[in-house]
Amino acid sequence: MLTVLIAIGILLILSLIFGAILGYANVRFHVEGDPIVEQIDALLPQTQCGQCGHPGCRPYAEAIANGEAINHCPPGGQATIQALADLLDVEAIPLDGDHGTETAKRVAVIREDECIGCTKCIQACPVDAILGAAKQMHTVIADECTGCDLCVEPCPVDCIDMVEVGVTSKNWSWDKPQGITAVAGNIIATDRQAEVVH
Amino acid sequence: MTDYLLILVSTILVNNFVLVQFLGLCPFMGVSGKLETSIGMAMATTFVLTLSSLCSYLTFTYILQPFGLEYLQTISFILVIAVVVQFTEMVVRKTSPLLYRVLGIFLPLITTNCAVLGVALQNISKQNGFVESILYGFGAAVGFSFVLVLFAAMRERINVADVPVAFKGSAIGMITAGLMALAFMGFTALVQI
Repeated sequence: MLTVLIAIGILLILSLIFGAILGYANVRFHVEGDPIVEQIDALLPQTQCGQCGHPGCRPYAEAIANGEAINHCPPGGQATIQALADLLDVEAIPLDGDHGTETAKRVAVIREDECIGCTKCIQACPVDAILGAAKQMHTVIADECTGCDLCVEPCPVDCIDMVEVGVTSKNWSWDKPQGITAVAGNIIATDRQAEVVH
Repeated sequence: MTDYLLILVSTILVNNFVLVQFLGLCPFMGVSGKLETSIGMAMATTFVLTLSSLCSYLTFTYILQPFGLEYLQTISFILVIAVVVQFTEMVVRKTSPLLYRVLGIFLPLITTNCAVLGVALQNISKQNGFVESILYGFGAAVGFSFVLVLFAAMRERINVADVPVAFKGSAIGMITAGLMALAFMGFTALVQI
């Protein structure tokens, strides 16, 4: 009888010690969020446009980490798909047409004399790029605008245009070689920087 | 020194855990589809096997033996292995996200790898000492990694080879493993332990 009690006692103590170690480790080595989500999020274009079907870039990053396809991001285009494929070690696939097509970089422009100052576009903007107040004319800060289209729909007087960003001396860069972009994407680090800047 | 070397040779080649003792066959068949994943699995297993054979030796010698509870070795070793694996996973996740990406998904798999428990139990039945236990575990892990990586490399080639339809997939994998085991029989009696 005594040996049985000793055996149970020893196992109990052993389990308690191990439980304590694991409990301590869980607190001590707690990790906020998933590091891979951070890395995916950094590659996404941060337009917060929602074309992928998620409410923003970060939710889509989480969805990718959980196994969603990497080709649902039209603003990022093929370059983003390639970068994600490199990071996740999967095959780069063409952009999924259901979520939109890859377009040139655009910004929203408000025709200011038609604006009635309803602030609806301000509420819709995911990156706070629209400036204005109630009953006052609004305008778009072009440098902040990600070209996500989300402000066009709520405007009651349809005074917002999506205008392609013209090539100026500030944002001009060499074209990437045709045909290689789809395969290699951003080979050089400065390519990525160039995309972030303009 | 010679003893230690013999332990290594014995566990890696002569008494290879996968191909001679047929332990840890599930990861051997399951994770050998791609060379990269098999290397990740091999690294994780090496780490866990070495650490768990150390921990199980300590548990047995300093906790079970003084109380005459040797018959509890199996259950307490399972406990020790599970804790070691969990603890390792937490530490790796915190300290090195990169390593966690390589090893992460394999670590929980190793908890149920019978080679790990097998090494711990054989350490006791062979009455290995402290250093011998660690070396035995490490050697077993290196042997496991060795055949796993070899096998994965072979399967990658077999995938593109012209295999008869009936043998495609895991069937040819089994045959390959059998042939490898036959080849490893050639090491028998190289050393006696």
